[in-house]
Amino acid sequence: MEKKKTTNIMIVGVGGQGTLLASRILGNTVINEGYDVKVSEVHGMSQRGGSVVTYVKFGEAVYSPVIEKGEADIILAFESLEAYRALPYLKKGGRMIANVQQMNPMPVITGAAEYPADIHEKLAERIDLISVPAAELAKEAGSLKAVNVVLIGVMARFTDIAYDKWIETIKKTVPPKFLEINLKAFDLGYHQEGETGSGLSAQRD
Amino acid sequence: MEKKLMLGNAAVARGAYEAGVRVVSSYPGTPSTEITENMVQYEDVFCEWAPNEKVAGEVAIGASIAGARAMSCMKHVGLNVMADPVFTVSYIGANGGLVFCVADDQGMHSSQNEQDSRHYAKASKIMMLEPSDSGECKEFTKLAFDLSEEYDTPVFLRLSTRVSHSQSFVTLEDRKEVTLKPYEKNIAKNVMMPANAVKRHVIVEERMKALTKLAEITPLNRTEENGAKIGVICAGIAYMYAKEALGDQVDYLKLGMVYPLPEEKIKAFAAAHEKVFVIEELDPFIEEHCRALGLSVIGKEAFSLLGEYTPSMIKKAVLKEEAPAYEAVEEALPVRPPVMCAGCPHRGTFYVLKKLGLTVSGDIGCYTLGAAAPLQSVDTTICMGASVSAAHGMAKARGKEFNRKLVSVIGDSTFMHSGMTGLVDIVYNQGANTVIILDNSITGMTGHQDNPTTGYTIRGEETKQVNLITLCHGLGVEHVVVADPFDVKEFERVVKEETERDEPSVIIAQRPCALLKKVKYTGKVAINDQCRKCKQCMKLGCPAISCVGDQIVIDESQCVGCELCIGVCPFHAIEKAE
Repeated sequence: MEKKKTTNIMIVGVGGQGTLLASRILGNTVINEGYDVKVSEVHGMSQRGGSVVTYVKFGEAVYSPVIEKGEADIILAFESLEAYRALPYLKKGGRMIANVQQMNPMPVITGAAEYPADIHEKLAERIDLISVPAAELAKEAGSLKAVNVVLIGVMARFTDIAYDKWIETIKKTVPPKFLEINLKAFDLGYHQEGETGSGLSAQRD
Repeated sequence: MEKKLMLGNAAVARGAYEAGVRVVSSYPGTPSTEITENMVQYEDVFCEWAPNEKVAGEVAIGASIAGARAMSCMKHVGLNVMADPVFTVSYIGANGGLVFCVADDQGMHSSQNEQDSRHYAKASKIMMLEPSDSGECKEFTKLAFDLSEEYDTPVFLRLSTRVSHSQSFVTLEDRKEVTLKPYEKNIAKNVMMPANAVKRHVIVEERMKALTKLAEITPLNRTEENGAKIGVICAGIAYMYAKEALGDQVDYLKLGMVYPLPEEKIKAFAAAHEKVFVIEELDPFIEEHCRALGLSVIGKEAFSLLGEYTPSMIKKAVLKEEAPAYEAVEEALPVRPPVMCAGCPHRGTFYVLKKLGLTVSGDIGCYTLGAAAPLQSVDTTICMGASVSAAHGMAKARGKEFNRKLVSVIGDSTFMHSGMTGLVDIVYNQGANTVIILDNSITGMTGHQDNPTTGYTIRGEETKQVNLITLCHGLGVEHVVVADPFDVKEFERVVKEETERDEPSVIIAQRPCALLKKVKYTGKVAINDQCRKCKQCMKLGCPAISCVGDQIVIDESQCVGCELCIGVCPFHAIEKAE
């Protein structure tokens, strides 16, 4: 990550999955690196199980808090369909880290639409994709709710911010009651390397 | 001085705190809610959730007259509710600094319309400041209190979703200790009856002239010169989009004070540029001012009246440059609209109302989602409180038989906000409506704020609790029934009985929001071998129940164990999993 250019990270998921916490951990970690930072969040109605998008942008000077199509350096997707939906936002040569979880939206539940098949395969053909079994790892850490921190852990490996710096922010951001679970979740995500598909090491910065 | 990453709303709260604010009264509304929530951390400030925006605004006005710095915060439609006192307090002015903070929702992320609140500033002759990021949110809020006292005027601070809900850097400073100004009885200034108001109007017009002069010289309105031929006039979040899109290829006139607008400053800026764009979301507010000055600017012929802007939109309109290429998704993807959460108490209510085929006069809250598939139960949604009064109008228009198939649904907080007055109208004017108060023990949609029916203040202190049953009796409704919407059979019986009556009735559908900490559902449900795939459970629209192939499956990651589906299944095929 160069200082001058703005790095755009987009976090997409389903309302209730904890994307807000993920963006706050990310935002508060990068501020310690001396960047200008903007984090754009979604509150209110769309939080109720709808598609949610948050943006984290950092660089020398950040103006617009929003990321547009073709601009995201990294997309962190909490759910497969939302990963697919976010594809147009990825910059050419950007990287997507996507949870393999499938959550059916209401039109699929009611039978009005079908959940697209083989999303991860389709994405992998087109972009640099890292698929993560985040729900399994979160369960292993102690709570399904820790999916957000697992994914932050996976992403952390691709930044040049040290492991300890992330831990520091998590300690400051997460309520003490859930700290242990979240630290474990971060660690499991961070050490996902071997199991998350071929070519991962080669793709690392 | 500590530098902190802060939400725009949190920065407004910080600014008010640093400015020595003493009283803050608001009603929650996205995207403004977190301002008042953030006041709680400042112990020296009295803050509260009022039952509605009009009350909240009047509390702030009273505090200002009494000599304290005071603030009220609301979303754009909340300002409609508060408009009555606003237009008159413009005449009264401010003793202690008085700030009204209004957050617009361009793009309607969480609102029923997309109104542009700047028109209120002009209509009520109250100055308006508009920050572009969190840093400015704090600075402008502080300045608003000073200007309010200096010019003896209330001051609007206008935000938007992207400013309110984006985090950027704020430098924290200490609180300025502002002593209470003396309170002196001043009938000519504070009693707005015609003889006094006539004189005060003269003062308001003089104040407008003084504020227009201020607009010419204030550093809030600044130019950024890059030696360009193109000039851009902008304010608020549009300034950030323009900066991102155009960088130093244009010159800027950045307006921090959007009402009243400067004249000479704008004329001089226009004269110095070959082409001038006015970039502002929603209405051509600044643009029309420019045109009234006789300037030829490019505004809405190049930009939309609808929704949010983006840097690429601006780049295309001003520089004719295309946005970067991107990977398109060729197949049509299913949309993911917001839904009622798994365990939502409203689901039981709408399941029954849909089953009975009733016309449902709806209101503002999570339960507006009762209009979404598959429940599609709600017929109308207008504004806070309208479920009750509009149903009265429907019944008077179409008569008794229609009324027997008609109910209003309104949340506990919304009922306190403006549902009560509609109910009084029904009682007084011989209506026979059935009003269902969806009492989930909290203000849900805006993220769990306490209200007069919860028994707790904004600070979590125990307080007197408005009792909905005695309240409705007190308003003259004889038939008030409490029912659990998850006991679907009993709930259905109650709804049938109450809608049959030729008298007003209230059903209090009581069950707390599933997201509340005190709600402890345990375990999940599972489908057993009795399932005949009748899909009755699918009619609930629960995000945890889906049909995969021809099998009904429970999504373990979503199920909260509320057991509503168990009562709905005719074949006892859903049971609690151990």
